[in-house]
Amino acid sequence: MLAHAIFFYFFSFVAIISAIMVTVSKNTVHSVFFLILDFISISCLFIMIGAEFLGMIMLIVYVGAVAVLFLFVVMMLNVAQQKNQWFKSSDTSTHIPIGLIVSLIIFFELIIVIGGWKYKPDIIENFSDNLISNSTNTHTIGSVLYTEYIHLFQISGMILLVAMIGAIVLTFRKREGVKRQNYFSQISREKNQGVELVEVKSNEGVKIDV
Amino acid sequence: MFEVSLGHYLTLGAIIFTIGVIGIFLNRKNVIVILMSIELILLAVNINLVSFSIFLQDLSGQIFTLFILTVAAAEAAIGLAIIVVYYRNAGTIRVEEIENLKG
Repeated sequence: MLAHAIFFYFFSFVAIISAIMVTVSKNTVHSVFFLILDFISISCLFIMIGAEFLGMIMLIVYVGAVAVLFLFVVMMLNVAQQKNQWFKSSDTSTHIPIGLIVSLIIFFELIIVIGGWKYKPDIIENFSDNLISNSTNTHTIGSVLYTEYIHLFQISGMILLVAMIGAIVLTFRKREGVKRQNYFSQISREKNQGVELVEVKSNEGVKIDV
Repeated sequence: MFEVSLGHYLTLGAIIFTIGVIGIFLNRKNVIVILMSIELILLAVNINLVSFSIFLQDLSGQIFTLFILTVAAAEAAIGLAIIVVYYRNAGTIRVEEIENLKG
């Protein structure tokens, strides 16, 4: 239990520090790197707490896909180096005190909610117990996800499809002077346009006009 | 202190959520950092769901964490595509210089 506590404090310390560095660091590429560090430490926490499948999926999806996507965009747009940090470029900085106040109020409200939760622990008894104890985390997630939540699962697949098509349509660009295939004219070409049957007499050859 | 309870995980989620909100409010740089702050907020929500799911012995939290993961990936893809298109049209994605909406 002591080791669990030590690892929890270590990973959460790393996560909080890297989350702060994501928002305040000067270079956007550094922000992406700290975002990756944050995701990795949170997924370590997930694995430690017993949700191994989600920890691994977080590694694959966030670090492998989302963070790499952020890196691509940051490097493609040439916006990595910025002039100022956010707390220094304050010619029109009426946002900063109000934003800090609202953020701190949100934080204290969340803390108050957690405190109120701790004083009402008998709610725990009322929840259903569908964690099958003698099988792995991945097994139980699969047995619930593909039965009870199958419609939500398919809808999330549709969301991914729509997001993919939307990203392609948004960034698609027609350029002038580039030869492209016209699929419709390719497919709708018929036999009598493409092939001609020629009767060839012997010793005369054939004259092809191209 | 050495007994890690549900409150510890919820406090961690609250701290990361607040850092994400601060990053959205106080950002003066580019829009990509705002998108990263949104990812931080979704991560905090995921922490809350997973810790409730473990401590209450109910698997629904982890299922919904999967769905939030899906939505976060889709949102990052769409948001970055919008940013690329905006940068192509306007030449900048600094927050101070994006003022088409006069906000």
